[in-house]
Amino acid sequence: MIACAPNVTESLSREQLLEIDYYLRLTRTLEERLVALFRQAKVIGGLYRSLGQEGESVAAAYALDFKQGDVVQPLIRNLGAILVAGAKPRDIIKQYMAKGDSPTRGRELNIHFGHPARDGFIGQISMLGDMIPVMAGIALAGRMQKKSLVAMAFIGDGGSSTGAFYEGMNFASVQKLPMVVVIEDNAYAYSTPIAKQTAARTLADKAHAFGCRSETVDGNDVFAVYRAATRAVDHARNGGGVTLLEVKTFRMKGHAEHDNQSYVPIEVVDEWRGKDPIERYEQTLIENGVAKPADFEEIQKRVRAEVDAATDDAERAPMPTGEEAAAGLFAGDGYWER
Amino acid sequence: MAETTYIEAITQAMAEEMARDERVFLLGEDVGVYGGAFKTSAGLIERFGAERVIDTPISEIAIVGAASGAALMGMRPIAEMQFIDFITCAYDILVNFAATSRYRVGSPCPIVVRGPAGAGVHGGPFHSLSPEAMFMNRPGLKIVSPGTAYDAKGLLKAAIRDDDPVLYIEHKFLYRRIKENLPDDDFVVPIGKANLRRRGKDLSIITWGAMLYVADAAAAELEKDGVSAEILDLRSILPFDEEAILESVAKTNRAIILHEAPLTGGAGAEFAARIGEKAFEYLDAPVKRVASLDVPTPYSPPLEAFYLPNKDKVIAAARELLKY
Repeated sequence: MIACAPNVTESLSREQLLEIDYYLRLTRTLEERLVALFRQAKVIGGLYRSLGQEGESVAAAYALDFKQGDVVQPLIRNLGAILVAGAKPRDIIKQYMAKGDSPTRGRELNIHFGHPARDGFIGQISMLGDMIPVMAGIALAGRMQKKSLVAMAFIGDGGSSTGAFYEGMNFASVQKLPMVVVIEDNAYAYSTPIAKQTAARTLADKAHAFGCRSETVDGNDVFAVYRAATRAVDHARNGGGVTLLEVKTFRMKGHAEHDNQSYVPIEVVDEWRGKDPIERYEQTLIENGVAKPADFEEIQKRVRAEVDAATDDAERAPMPTGEEAAAGLFAGDGYWER
Repeated sequence: MAETTYIEAITQAMAEEMARDERVFLLGEDVGVYGGAFKTSAGLIERFGAERVIDTPISEIAIVGAASGAALMGMRPIAEMQFIDFITCAYDILVNFAATSRYRVGSPCPIVVRGPAGAGVHGGPFHSLSPEAMFMNRPGLKIVSPGTAYDAKGLLKAAIRDDDPVLYIEHKFLYRRIKENLPDDDFVVPIGKANLRRRGKDLSIITWGAMLYVADAAAAELEKDGVSAEILDLRSILPFDEEAILESVAKTNRAIILHEAPLTGGAGAEFAARIGEKAFEYLDAPVKRVASLDVPTPYSPPLEAFYLPNKDKVIAAARELLKY
């Protein structure tokens, strides 16, 4: 145990602190690789960066216990969360490249994959808000099956304007389900600033409507997010019900790679650049004597090698055959068992 | 054998499946303490407890969404819409999440969404829907629509046991109007199989749900004039029994498709197209559709009666086909 990193090290070992750094760097490096593949037209569909949001994605998911059956549901900017849950870079690149042996065999895009019971994560659908009731159902099933699992859902400032979000939050709160909903204020939903999204003072204020617990933290402070998420997970696992955990962060890129973010004042981007969650995290580890720059270089080397190998695998993988499109809609044709 | 109403058949199917399989549970508005707006779930909370008979907020998205999440985890949820009209509020999550889950990511999502459908009881524009057509063009759902107590029970059991999501359309007009002697044993009606309700040789009436009884009345009257009408009860709308449809048309050479939903874009259009594609040489006359008017379901009895198909409209269509 290291005594100096504030509070967190009471529960996290040096190995765990470095493991978090590994996931942070893996997220960023993997996305940079995906950008390169996108520019080579090898990533077929859209590419959505989580630059600047890796910290909260990784830290929140790191508070879960996947051995207990916990389930995390990302949105498009929470690649880090599913890496923590065990998603493989190879599978993610194959998903983006629409390969025939990707987890969805080329049927679905990007991180829309994963089975809650088998993988510990479940990909979202594009209709924002819909996953909140689905995650409530996962938590409900867990309770009925006498498991002690916690369901963690991510939603954004834009997604929390949908009816599905309200219905799901309300149902989960009424049922006191073991759920943590991480609500990201990253300032923009596509081009729409938060002031046009909600008149609520903070996103956490929406919890008043549900009567659930809420908390707001600096989303670019890995330690703060981890601590708050741990409190929320404990609360859920101990039967306390839902927490709406607001993380204040910033989307450093446009909505997707095609979007140059011209609607965001450049000073704002510059200001947030100085709050990079990975730099801040590593700086804290250095200042507290937990790690030296060489440790991060070592981690980066490992990450690079892993992403390189994953890229090679994905590039070699076959595309699906066209006829497969007709299979696997219903049980009985054996498609998914093959 | 016991005399059983259509609604009792539904209640029995749920109770028997809940007793047989602890993964089965019911959630919906007023389904627990109150026993459902129509008393379809009467007695279930007393027998199975509030954990398995869940009263929900007025939140159709949450009902279908939570059912879907639970199904992914291995449960067998039955999601009740208080009236099937309200499935439109959860249309998105049903067609985009539940229906696509297996195809998109290989994750089965075996939920049953059921609720009272259909007109004829002066429910007005929002309590009278026949929703099948709006789901037919969104692959991944099965759709059933029983018209007898036997099928109500057997199809609901089949739906609950099915490994894919099923939209179970129960007709509220039939709830307490029909009664049948049902076998005591555990039976299911296979999804996708039609029932030849009445044998005939001059024309086929292809129908389902409460329209069976309109078809019966029309066939009885046609018989007095020496016209022998066959009635094919589809029971399953998707997958549908194409073989039975084609077989019947090949025999009678004339087809009426009778349904309660509005005409344009209704399920009948699909069945007519299949007949046109696959049994054209057998036809002695064009395929006829008898359906409701292309307007929302009106409330006032004279308006509703004018709106709905009835015996006379079917007979008129039959006569037109016979003299073609």
